[in-house]
Amino acid sequence: MWLYEKKLQYPVNIKKPNYKLAAAILNQFGGPDGELAASLRYLSQRPSMPIPEAKAMLNDIGTEELAHFEMIQAMVHQLMKDAPIEEIAADGATAVYYTDHGRASWISTGTGVPFTGAYIQSKGDPIADIYEDMAAEQKARATYEYLINLADDPDVIDPLRWLREREVVHFQRFGEIMNKLYEWKDSKKIF
Amino acid sequence: MHNSRNRLLNQIRAIEFTTLELNLFLNSHPGDQQALRDYNNGVRQLKALKNEYERQYGPLINFGFGYSRSPWQWINEPWPWERESNRGCN
Ligand SMILES: [Fe+2]
Repeated sequence: MWLYEKKLQYPVNIKKPNYKLAAAILNQFGGPDGELAASLRYLSQRPSMPIPEAKAMLNDIGTEELAHFEMIQAMVHQLMKDAPIEEIAADGATAVYYTDHGRASWISTGTGVPFTGAYIQSKGDPIADIYEDMAAEQKARATYEYLINLADDPDVIDPLRWLREREVVHFQRFGEIMNKLYEWKDSKKIF
Repeated sequence: MHNSRNRLLNQIRAIEFTTLELNLFLNSHPGDQQALRDYNNGVRQLKALKNEYERQYGPLINFGFGYSRSPWQWINEPWPWERESNRGCN
């Protein structure tokens, strides 16, 4: 089961609303390389793993990604909350998202493309799955870099940088798991 | 009140971040003695800090993992996604 800890993993304290930037950041909430996709991908893949290290790693990184999902929601919420309606109306794309969802965080891209299980895969082959996970971490890192390029507010850039760092660490840990999976595969060939 | 609460939350965050990092590292290096010592040290510090937080501000984790005074403190605002919950934290 899961427990909820009533705090953000890393603080989000954004003073200046910016609806357009919120819509871009929403991609890390419910977009193809976002935190929900990451979490559900790793948690879904757990039962296919043949070695204890891999089971634990998918379990724990899948759990940490949910904490990142919450941080992204906090960013989107704080950026949308007091954004002036004139600013939302002035931009065609944000006006469409506003029409469907107001100031809510919906699991979609910033243009309202809904989240789908098709973003992720459980192949049932441990090596194929961990390669997918390593690629996912790199895609998330690249997304954070694009978001940092788009942002001009230090209150937004700071947690984005922190989240980017986490993708680098996760990639490293999955790489170690990959080496262990190859060792496991080789050890099986002896019999 | 917000300031001392957020200061304590930040201390918890810092220790919990190191224990989380060590946890992930130990998942792929289960025999590393130094990492394990650091992890267990962090657990001890984290327990003390969380007890202190809960004594003053109510449960950090619900479902039986933290005591509450009356009235039921779990519903107390602010919630983590609200700016007020993170004020003075960075
Ligand atoms: Fe990640």
